[in-house]
Amino acid sequence: MKRKALYLRKLKRATHLLFYRRHRKPGVKGWELRKRLGSDYPKVLGLLDTYLEKLDLQVKTVFEGEKPAEKPTLEQLDRARFYITLRGGLTPKETKMSGWRIDDIAGLAIAISYIISKKGKASREEVEELLRNKLPGWRVDINMDRYIRAGYLAQDENRQLYLDWRTRAEVDEKALIDLLLTVEKTEEEKAA
Amino acid sequence: MTILSSKRQKRKSGEEHLQRIIEMCKSVEERGLDPFLIDVNDVITIIREYFPEWQSLEEFNLDAEAINRLASVIKLQSDWVRHRSTSLYTDPFLLEEKLRKLSRESLARLFLHAWHPIVEMEQISPHSLSEAIKYWQGLLPLNERWTKTAFMKTELGAASREELIKQRIIAEKAFTEELETLWRELRQKVGENEKIPYWNFVGADTYEETVRRAYMTSFLVTYGYATFEVHRLEEEIFIIPFSKPRSLLGKKQVVSIPVSVSVEEWRRWKESKRD
Repeated sequence: MKRKALYLRKLKRATHLLFYRRHRKPGVKGWELRKRLGSDYPKVLGLLDTYLEKLDLQVKTVFEGEKPAEKPTLEQLDRARFYITLRGGLTPKETKMSGWRIDDIAGLAIAISYIISKKGKASREEVEELLRNKLPGWRVDINMDRYIRAGYLAQDENRQLYLDWRTRAEVDEKALIDLLLTVEKTEEEKAA
Repeated sequence: MTILSSKRQKRKSGEEHLQRIIEMCKSVEERGLDPFLIDVNDVITIIREYFPEWQSLEEFNLDAEAINRLASVIKLQSDWVRHRSTSLYTDPFLLEEKLRKLSRESLARLFLHAWHPIVEMEQISPHSLSEAIKYWQGLLPLNERWTKTAFMKTELGAASREELIKQRIIAEKAFTEELETLWRELRQKVGENEKIPYWNFVGADTYEETVRRAYMTSFLVTYGYATFEVHRLEEEIFIIPFSKPRSLLGKKQVVSIPVSVSVEEWRRWKESKRD
């Protein structure tokens, strides 16, 4: 009973830490969670994740660098960043909640998938050229800056674009590419 | 003569070759070109061919830079192979075509399946609200706060010697007088031993007095009333007083010896004295 009460307390604390933004960026670092919840914080996060499943939410772990192939070590977890994200996807009607127009979302999808296909780095000019295909020219530059400000993309001094922290936290890159490749097949099939 | 000029020519053409290699590797790195545009074997053959000709430091530098740039290209090639072997690999041209063909709506709809936005709350909590109220209540009106930071006008005037002594800006005794008193004390303490351990001389009952003595001792050494003998291995410093002040400035190379006079050192010295 004592043990259960202890974990309930830790669950509450983890919920507060993860839901309320405490820094400039949302999310909490693993070492911060260890400091506040104790060394068994991965277990607490596991419990929270199970609980959140019913609400279509999840605890998302974003590792520094590539995702470890095997079970992550405590050190890797300490350096990782944890967020609460939607578990499932949004429906088109729900996109209004995000405050983004359909054009903005399409543009973001293009920019992210293009950068992924270019091994995570592409020049801004190339991406903008691709976006101009779908969006009016005057919106392209505004949208690109918006994606950068929101943390989806990062740009270096040579105007090279990379995927930034928010993309790593929110976008399932593999699913996006798979969907892109299969959706066209379906459309082609429909057209046939 | 002909051999010499042909050698010079070869070095010149080698330098040009290396410059071209460096530029090529740089453009692959910076512009994100296909790293396999560079044939590593060919480049290595060229570098190897000219290597025996190099004589000057600039030429060796150029050679090292070419190798360094080539190593970066090899890393890009290895990254490329690794990326191709991952599940994320898609032919960029194929994907670009697909992105061009799909409508905005389809693209957005599709993205929504892979997009899991972060959930976060920026709402103020009752606790922070009460803290904010407390802060607001304690906050002085702007006009009061600004008066506090305003400058105060004071009359200009000269400070008297007594005032400076009171504020501990200058000492009561003349500096030279104080220095000579300390010198006499040093000679007296050394007696027939010729030298005295640094801490045994500067160490006093209070830390403040110790710092003052250390400060004055530094002037004893600088002005030639005494010198230091440093035993680096044993980490010991001795002070050797001179019978007459000697000015070493301009005669010998003068070195600065930093001596730490921290509270810890002083406590350690006091304890050792007690033992």
